[in-house]
Amino acid sequence: MTPQEENFMRKIEAEEKIEPKDWMPEAYRKNLIRQISQHAHSEVIGMQPEGNWITRAPSLRRKAVLLSKVQDEAGHGLYLYSACETLGISRSEMIEQLQTGKAKYSSIFNYPTLTWADVGAIGWLVDGAAIVNQVSLQRTSYGPYSRGMIRICKEESFHQRQGYEAMLALAKGSPEQKAMAQDALNRFYWPALMMFGPHDSESAHSQKSMEWKIKRETNDDLRQKFVDQTVKQIEVLGLEHPDKNIKWNEERGHYDSSDLNWDEFWSVINGNGHCNRQRIEHHVAAHDEGEWVRDAISAYNEKKRAKKAQNAA
Amino acid sequence: MTNITEKLELFEVFVRSKRGLDHKHVGSLHAEDHEQALEYARDCYTRRSEGVSIWVVKSADICASQEDDADCFYDPSDDKPYRHATYYVLPDPVNNM
Repeated sequence: MTPQEENFMRKIEAEEKIEPKDWMPEAYRKNLIRQISQHAHSEVIGMQPEGNWITRAPSLRRKAVLLSKVQDEAGHGLYLYSACETLGISRSEMIEQLQTGKAKYSSIFNYPTLTWADVGAIGWLVDGAAIVNQVSLQRTSYGPYSRGMIRICKEESFHQRQGYEAMLALAKGSPEQKAMAQDALNRFYWPALMMFGPHDSESAHSQKSMEWKIKRETNDDLRQKFVDQTVKQIEVLGLEHPDKNIKWNEERGHYDSSDLNWDEFWSVINGNGHCNRQRIEHHVAAHDEGEWVRDAISAYNEKKRAKKAQNAA
Repeated sequence: MTNITEKLELFEVFVRSKRGLDHKHVGSLHAEDHEQALEYARDCYTRRSEGVSIWVVKSADICASQEDDADCFYDPSDDKPYRHATYYVLPDPVNNM
């Protein structure tokens, strides 16, 4: 190990944060850029499935809440892009990687939102799973990422609670509403579990990430946490658990559950989910439609520069 | 693709959460000028009444000490333990001074 590497590892082992100007191994930087940009893209793409329901929210209150949540996701994207930029990659490079498929985003957002109940299920389950992951990432070794996570966690709790509340309203409503809630739970439960990524044994980046304390808990441990906390929540809703094999294991102190459909997982990651193409096409279209705003800013900048030069002369 | 965010300047945002407290660094954003940076900062960092006052500073205007040079940079104060209260040993009955 070089003295630089030693110094770096000493900080990691002492639970000191790594800051942007510090020396870091190139692989650490790359690994972080991959993870943080993927996280940022997820926040931004994640606005689409929910945005789909803003105009059709069942009441003014639900509409205001949903708008507010989607606005938060945009803000979270910004925090994460900013954190990632401190590693020496530009915003436009990241956006290009997203649009060309070089960078990934969470596969959960490739599932369609078919009914209003899906919006509730997303807040409750998808944001719930994200929170389990993000709480753990508050202790990540890279300073700007850690600070971003702390800020995001503070804001995200409302996302999960509003989703659960919406589910509760449906579950306690008419038989049709309850069936709609059950259907949304059945469809989103499994993809939510997949959000934690492949099994530890299959996870390409896990080991190095744990060693460098980028990740603090493994995919399977985090997934177990989520499985455990969700059982009671389903019970309170009075809905049926989608996993017929869910069973308390006294010895482990955890719930046992079915294995996931990993073929589906890899298929969606590799671009064959219901909405992969639509999500990226929409992102590209929105970006292109904003071109005139960027042009206007450039023109205004030019005008200001010219005026300044004229005044100076 | 237009590299608009590279054309826009980077600003650091500081928020005072309550009167009487310091402004604290909360993050950064790209904006056209100070005025726009303030508005973006309001929309992004104070959506839940997190602040009563916001500062925005162009990142390029911040002059920072180098952490790698910390040893020699802070060296002049390292050999002055008498600047610390604990340096002075006083009799027990008055040691809470």
